[in-house]
Order: sequence, then structure tokens, then C-alpha cells
Amino acid sequence: MAAYTLTPARPSFWNNPEIRAIAFQIVALAATVAFGYYLFENTQTNLRRLGIASGFDFLSSSSGFGILQSLIPYSETSSYGRVFWVALLNTLLVSALGIVLATLLGFVIGIARLSKNWLIAKLALTYIETFRNIPLLLQIFFWYFAVLRAMPSPRQSLSVGEAVFLNIRGLYLPAPQLQPGFGWVLAALGLALVLVAILVRWAHRRQLGTGRQFPAISVSLALLLGLPLLAFWLTGSPLVWQVPELHGFNFQGGLAIIPEMASLLLALSIYTAAFIAEIVRAGIQAVSHGQTEASFSLGLNPSLTLRLIILPQALRVIIPPLTSQYLNLIKNSSLAAAIGYPDLVAAFAGTVLNQTGQAIECIAITMAVYLTISLLISLLMNGYNRRVALVER
Amino acid sequence: MNGRTLTATLVTTVLLATTSGAYAGTTLNAVKERGYVKCGVSDGLPGFSYADEKGKFSGIDVDLCHAVAAAVFGDSTKVKFTPLTAKERFTALQTGEIDVLSRNSTWTSSRDSALGLNFTGVTYYDGQGFLVNKKLGVKSAKELDGATVCVQAGTTTELNLSDYFRAHKMKYTPITYDKSDESAKALEAGRCDVLTSDQSQLYAQRIKLAKPGDYVVLPEVISKEPLGPVVRHGDDDWFDIVKWTLFVMVDAEELGIDSKNVEEMKKSTNPDIKRMLGVEGDKGKDFGLANDWMAVVVKQVGNYGEIFARNVGKGSPLQIERGLNALWTQGGLQYAPPVR
Amino acid sequence: MAEAHPSRSEPPPASTIGAFGWLRRNLFSSPFNIALTVLALYLLYLAVPPLLRWALLDATWSGDSREACRANGGACWVFIRVNFEQFIYGFYPEAQRWRVNTALLLLILGAAPLFARAVPVKFKARLGLGLLVIYPLIAFVLFKGGLFGLRVVDTSRWGGLLLTLVIAGVGMTAALPLGVLLALGRRSRMPAIQTLCVTFIELWRGVPLITVLFMSSVMLPLFLPAGMNFDKLLRALIGVTLFQSAYMAEVVRGGLQAIPKGQFEAAAALGLGYWKTMALIVLPQALKLVIPGIVNTFIALFKDTSLVLIIGLFDLMNIVHNATTNPAWLGFSTEGYVFAATVYWLFCFGMSRYSQNLEKRLHTGHKR
Repeated sequence: MAAYTLTPARPSFWNNPEIRAIAFQIVALAATVAFGYYLFENTQTNLRRLGIASGFDFLSSSSGFGILQSLIPYSETSSYGRVFWVALLNTLLVSALGIVLATLLGFVIGIARLSKNWLIAKLALTYIETFRNIPLLLQIFFWYFAVLRAMPSPRQSLSVGEAVFLNIRGLYLPAPQLQPGFGWVLAALGLALVLVAILVRWAHRRQLGTGRQFPAISVSLALLLGLPLLAFWLTGSPLVWQVPELHGFNFQGGLAIIPEMASLLLALSIYTAAFIAEIVRAGIQAVSHGQTEASFSLGLNPSLTLRLIILPQALRVIIPPLTSQYLNLIKNSSLAAAIGYPDLVAAFAGTVLNQTGQAIECIAITMAVYLTISLLISLLMNGYNRRVALVER
Repeated sequence: MNGRTLTATLVTTVLLATTSGAYAGTTLNAVKERGYVKCGVSDGLPGFSYADEKGKFSGIDVDLCHAVAAAVFGDSTKVKFTPLTAKERFTALQTGEIDVLSRNSTWTSSRDSALGLNFTGVTYYDGQGFLVNKKLGVKSAKELDGATVCVQAGTTTELNLSDYFRAHKMKYTPITYDKSDESAKALEAGRCDVLTSDQSQLYAQRIKLAKPGDYVVLPEVISKEPLGPVVRHGDDDWFDIVKWTLFVMVDAEELGIDSKNVEEMKKSTNPDIKRMLGVEGDKGKDFGLANDWMAVVVKQVGNYGEIFARNVGKGSPLQIERGLNALWTQGGLQYAPPVR
Repeated sequence: MAEAHPSRSEPPPASTIGAFGWLRRNLFSSPFNIALTVLALYLLYLAVPPLLRWALLDATWSGDSREACRANGGACWVFIRVNFEQFIYGFYPEAQRWRVNTALLLLILGAAPLFARAVPVKFKARLGLGLLVIYPLIAFVLFKGGLFGLRVVDTSRWGGLLLTLVIAGVGMTAALPLGVLLALGRRSRMPAIQTLCVTFIELWRGVPLITVLFMSSVMLPLFLPAGMNFDKLLRALIGVTLFQSAYMAEVVRGGLQAIPKGQFEAAAALGLGYWKTMALIVLPQALKLVIPGIVNTFIALFKDTSLVLIIGLFDLMNIVHNATTNPAWLGFSTEGYVFAATVYWLFCFGMSRYSQNLEKRLHTGHKR
């Protein structure tokens, strides 16, 4: 009688999955390294053959050109390195403002989309379907070339109370000028913040201990507004408004929002808001109606239900895609290059690249900046996700 | 490309010291093999390089390309034009995307050295000026303190502008676009008070405005802008061909040879003319080209005076005077070495 | 014996049925709702009549120069009509445009059976695959020429909607398979493969497309050996494809993660190897799950084609923008942008509607 062996036949050397996996990986790695080396060699040969000077020395030589908008002191004698910071700050400025506006608009539209009012819901739907299906660049061009280009010249500015002016050069607002003594107002604000922190903690402990609620929010608001206002009044209003004035060719003084930034900001927020609205809608719909009913049956009122039951659950669904929309907005702000807003891509990967001819260095730095921003935000998000993730039993 | 490429190139750039290459020239062979010259031109500048509705290019810069093609192939049509923005132009040349760059580019020391380029000559002596709306009532560039100025991004113009305002202790706001058309449109809309560029460009841009009569070019010329064709470092043979194509056209004007009389001129007794037209000697062959290539260039494209007149001068809407671009014999700067 | 006569049921109150009831329920149910309705009506009143007046009532449709538009205050659609051919074909030589039309006709004829329900699925699959592989070759030969006595039309002459569709089409057909491979690599149990794919994906997703296009237009030639040169269009295509494949990979990964482990185990029990498991069991289910995501990526890609303007290709966006700067047609940028926006919108909206449709049809009975 033949005996069956119970140990399976050992696979031959080449059919062993583990060995195959290792071999496959070695081949893939070797191919990548070889490819990388090939490109590296080519680049090196090309640069040498073309006699292109390379290295990062150019960052310290002076730029010699002006920049339309700068948040930090900058002049033509500043270095290319300075241009980098100016450009980066411009990118961050328009991104930050865009994120705030897009979030506000997106939440309003998203909630309107779920409204029981048929007309409002359909209007919100029209908004979403229109703006998310048109390329962002086209929207930027529309605002910049079709709308803001049609504004009047500085001498025929539209004005509100001779303090706010709108013309083709931008929107001019009065700028606050701090006088000596304003420090007291800031100090009062700091004091109010400390008091509020203590108050909130105390109110929470009292509610846990005795079950009695304390109107912490209204009292906090009163503190935050009242104390600085009091200090403002006591120190004799140490704040004057600098009103823009037409001087020669342009308005001088005041706070100017240039049309390049305005159109970029408008287009970015309107476009991104359409996506955020859909995310908000999906998030709220993801919380089942049973949650609301359960909350009511526990005796919570509608506003507490929204704050304690619905929002925390909806936010868990909303926040991850919301962050990726924020990232998209930051990356999309690079379209500034098309209308001359001096952001990182326009001023650094564009003008500096062209003035110096250092293509590889400029593009590499620019990409590295965007990559760093997105990796940082991804890391933060992963941390947040871990914190709010459902702990399943 | 992926992560490692990026790292690799970064490392390359850090490691590489400034090295100038001595690389045996093969551009001519490559061009001959390919069958046409790849020429980088402007993306829209009437008089220098402008594509009509059918996509046909014309202009001084374009004619230079035609002349190079005539020199190499004996056929001025064997050329392919690549419209380039100011930003792209030098990289396109450095990387071999084009053989010659003829795109109103200013000859400067840093471009000639650090960028690995060679300027072959001057097709047009230009200078930077200002174009303003008459309504502003500005008579001189010195009255421009506080003005908003439109300027093309990444050009020497941008640098000269800043130098000029700094030297005269004036302030300005720069508005920069990639395309010169966009700057002109911005001036017209009133986004800026002044458009600054090379004067030739200002005249060219002005005729593209809806009401050219409303705008004036201010008298100040704030820079020297010798515009010329550019080739890569390291290929001296090709450099010579492009350089001499231009010289031949200037010499032809000086000798009185033009596209119409070139055949007759071959019978001339003047030894200068005979040498140039390839009737006597073999000066043409020294370039690795046909012996009569100079005659072909003049015949198919014309001499410098003809090109100037038909593109920017009397025979064109731009109506620019010869000025600095007249021959040296007529008080200008156009002067070419002899064919000898 | 008395018979029970159920009383006739009354109709519902007039205020809850019909148009009136609908209005009451949906628009005027509470004071807040009434306020909202009034607000919405006011917004519509502000926006719609001027828009209609501009776009239709006061618009100019006939004529062939800007002078024709002087008299009316509304939109000047003459501008679009005059430039229409250019918007569609770019600088493609007029005499050769039949080639573009033929290619389009072929595509429509070839793709039509895919949308017909009567056609058997097996035939559809073969036809689809054939279209994916063979059609691009035919279209390329037709567009570019150089074979069968067709005149060569250089890619720099391609433009307008034609170029937009070429970039979008190539991008989509190339990004999907590449994305699937990358997603499989990212889910692989081989650490080296996984690291490579993760790096690749995160690198592309972390940077804006515009820098990728810049890179492909100014830096790619430096990476290649001397003399080797790519067409400008091809470089843009490579940039767009690599960029979108990273996004596609993340979408597909979502689908792969949703496939229960049992499916893999069942496939292993049947003795299927890795590729067979993936091709026959996992991917068909995973891809079906992420159709909306894939189509969203396609839509994003379609919109992103407009960015090639920045590297100087004359796609629909650029050619419209260029026409608005033509001195003969100054002041009609709104009309131009509205036209371009409409074209983009039709394509994107069409794609999203089709995907919703497809999703419903492919929902094979697991709906609870």
C-alpha cells in the first residue's frame, strides 16, 4: 500500500514565492537606481556641455527688479533669496485668505443645499454644478480680465464715503494706524483672554459638580469686547485711520487690495467653495436621523443637539476631504502666474528663473516648498484622524 | 522623473562647479540631417515676429531665420518656427529644442557668459522707452514718480526700469506679465500708467491698440538694447554661420546688392561683390556650405535694408526710422566685417 | 341588522395637495422659510433678467465685424461666430481639417455601440479595448499625417478644442492603467515596491500641476541625452499623465481597500495566482466601486488641460484668450470666456451625469 506523504512538496527554487518576491524587488530597485543614475549623468553632461553655471550661490546676489506686492520690506537691492520669501509669503497670504473665505461660503452653500426650502436648495445646487465644472484658470481670467478690468480709472474711482475707493488699480481701504498707548488696549485683551480661560474652566467644573449651567459664552464675549474697549476709551482712542488719497497717478496710503490678488482670491474661494459645499452636505447626511431623535428624547434642545451630537459626528466625515480641498487650494494658488500676482511660481519659478537661468534650482526649490506644505498638513491630518477615529469594540 | 531624479539633479547642481564646455560642433550636421532649421521666435510682436491668422510668421527676426535656412539649404522656407515666451527662450536654446534663437533678445554680459549662450551680432539697435496715454499730460519720463508701470516679466527691461527709477529717486509699482500683448492690454485698460519696453516694441504695440493716436512714446531712452540672434556655446561652426548670415545681409546693402539685382551683380567687376556672390574664390565653402550661399541669402531674403523696410520701416505699418540702424556710411551703427 | 357603511373618505385638504400644497410645503412652511424664499426670489430677480437681456434679448447674432455690435448693448456673439473655426481647430490648416472631422466621426461611430443597451457585453468589451488601443493610432496618423500621402501637420499647429480633447483623451487613457499599477504597487506586500510607489504618488500629489508642466517644458530636455528631443505637446502630455496617474492611484487604492479579505482567500483557494486574482476577482469589483472617483479624476484632468496655456500651447482656453486680445475684437472678453466656460461645462457635466448613470446600472443587486 502506498503511503501518502503529508508534507507538501517543496516548491522548486524559482517557484518559491518568497524568493521570487525578493528577486523582483531587487530588479525593480536596480532599475530605478539605474534610471536615476542615467538621468543624473545626462543632466551632468548637459550642464557641462552647455556651460550652464549651477549651484545655489545666485540666491545671495541682488535681484534688481521690483515686486508688485510684498509683505516684508523689499527693494531692488534685496537678494534673490529675499524674493523667495516675499513670493512664499504672497502664496501663503492668498492661500490663507482663500481657505477662510472658501470655508465660510462652502458651509453656507452646503447647508443651503440641504434646506427644506426648494428654491434655496436648487439655487445651491446650481451654484455647485456651475462652478465646479468650469476650469479654475478660466474663472480667474474671467474675474481678472472681464470683471476687474472694467473698473474705472483712479480719477473716476467709485467711492464709499470718501474713505473706501474702488478702481482698476484695486480696492483701497482706510488703514488703521496705531498710536502710542495702543499697547494698553492689547494688554487689556490679553487680560480678558486669561480671565475667559479661567472662567470657562470654572463653569465647566461647576456644571459637572452641581449640574447648574453658567452662561459662559455670553460672559466671555462681554469680557473680550468690554475690557479692550474700556482700555481704548481710557487711553484716549489711540488709533487713527489713514484714508487713501489720490496723489499723482495713484492712491497713496491706506490699505490696497490689488486686482491680481482680488481676482485670484475670488476665483479660488468660489471654486473651492463648490467642492466644500458637497463635502459638508455629505457629512451632515452621514449622521443618521436616529441620532437627532435620540438626542431629543434625552431632552437636549436643538442647538445643543447640533453642537454636541451632530457636528462632532459630521466633522469626522467632513474634515479629511476638507483638508485635501485646502491642499488643492494652496496648490491652485500657483495659477497666480497667469495673471501676474507675484506668488512663488510667478515671482520665483518664473522671474528669478528667467533672470538667472537657474532652471533646475528654481523649480526644485519651488516643488520642495509645495511638497513640504502638503506633507506637513498630511501629517497633522493623520494625527487628527487617529484622535477622532471611532474606537470599535 | 521621480523623487530620486530630483535628488540626483539637486546633488548635481550642488556638486557642479562652473565649467565651460568645449564641445565639438555638430549642429550643422544635425540641421542638415533633419532637413530644416529650428528657430525660436517671439510669440507675437509685429515687425519682429508675428503670426497672422493662418499661422504664417513674418518680421525681422523671422527673416533672419529664413536667411539661415537659405544659407544652409539654399531654400529659405526650410525652417520651423517655435514661438517662445521670454521665460522659455534661453532654456529652449540651451536644451537643443531650437538651433537658433531670434527673438528680440538683448545682448548682455551675463547672458553671454553664465547662460552658456553666444550672441552672433546685432539685428536691431534698440533702447528702452516709455509709452503713455496722452491724457496723463506727461512730457518726460522724469515726471513718472509714483506711476504704475507695466513691464514684461523676466526681461532686462524689468532690471533697467528699476535702475532708472532708483537713479532718479522715484518710486513705481511694477505690473508684470509673461506676454507683451498682455502688458499692452493692461495699459489700454488703465491697469498701469506707463508701458515700458524696447522702443521698437512700443511702436509695434502701439499699432495694436484700439486708438494708437492716444498714446505717445516719451523721448527718454534709458538703456542700450542691442538685439540679436543667439546660439549655444560650444559649437563654433554653427556660431560662424549664423553670425555671417547677418553680416552678409549688411554687407550686401553696403555694396548695393539687393534681392532684385543679385543676378546682375554677379557680372560686376567689383572684387568685393564677386567674392561675396561666390563668383570668385571659395569664401563660401569655408563655412561648410555651398559656395554661393551668400548670394542665395540675398536673393531669397534680401539685404538688411530691404528686411528693415519691409518689416518695420517705410514699407510697414510701424514706420520706424532707420536711426541707429542705418549703415555706418549713412551715420548709423550697422557695420559688418568684410568678406575676404 | 344594520350594515356598517364606512363613510366616504374625504379628499385631503386643498392646501396640502396640488401645486398649491407643494408651494406651501416647500416654500412657505414657516416664517423663516418664507424669508428664505423671498431672499432667493430677490437674488433671482437681480441676476436672471439682466443676464437674459445681455445674453439673448439685446445680443447681436449677425454681422461679421465689431461694428455690428455697436448698436446693441448686449452680448456680441458675432465674435464667437467669426472665430468659431479657430476655437475648434486652432491653427490646423483649413484644407486639412477634414482629417480632424473624420477622426471625430470615427470615434462617434466606434463608440456608439458602447452606449447602446442592446449590444452584448462581450462585444462591447472587445470593441472598447480595440478603441483604446487602435483608435489613438488612427487618430494620431490622421492628425499628424506623414503616412499614406497625408501632409504633415506639425503639432504646433494643433489647437483649440481639438488640442484640449487630444490632451484630455491621451491623459485619461494613459493615467488609468498607470494609476491601477501604482495602486497595486502601493498595496503590495513587497516593501521595496511599496516604498517606490508611495514616493512616486506622494511626490506628484504634493506639487501643483503648473510646476510639473514648467518642469516638463524647461527641465525635461536637460535630463535626456544630447540630441534626444521631445515635442512640446508630448512633454505636456507626459507631465499631465504622470500627475493625474498619482491621483488615479489613490482613487483605485480606495476601491482595493474596500474589497473584503474573503475574496482574496477564495481566489487563493481556487489556485489563482497574483495577477489572475487581481485581474479576474479584485479589480473588477474595486473599479466598479470607485467609478465616481475615477470620473471625478477624469473631470479634474479635463479642467486641468487648460493649464497648458502657461507653457504656451494653444488649447481651447488659450485660443479664446488670444482672440480676446485681438485689436479688431477688443472688449469682448466676457463673450469669449462665457463660450469657453460653456464648452468645458458641457463636457464636465456630461461626464459626471454619465458616471451617475453608469453607477446605477452597474449596481448589480447588492442594494439593500
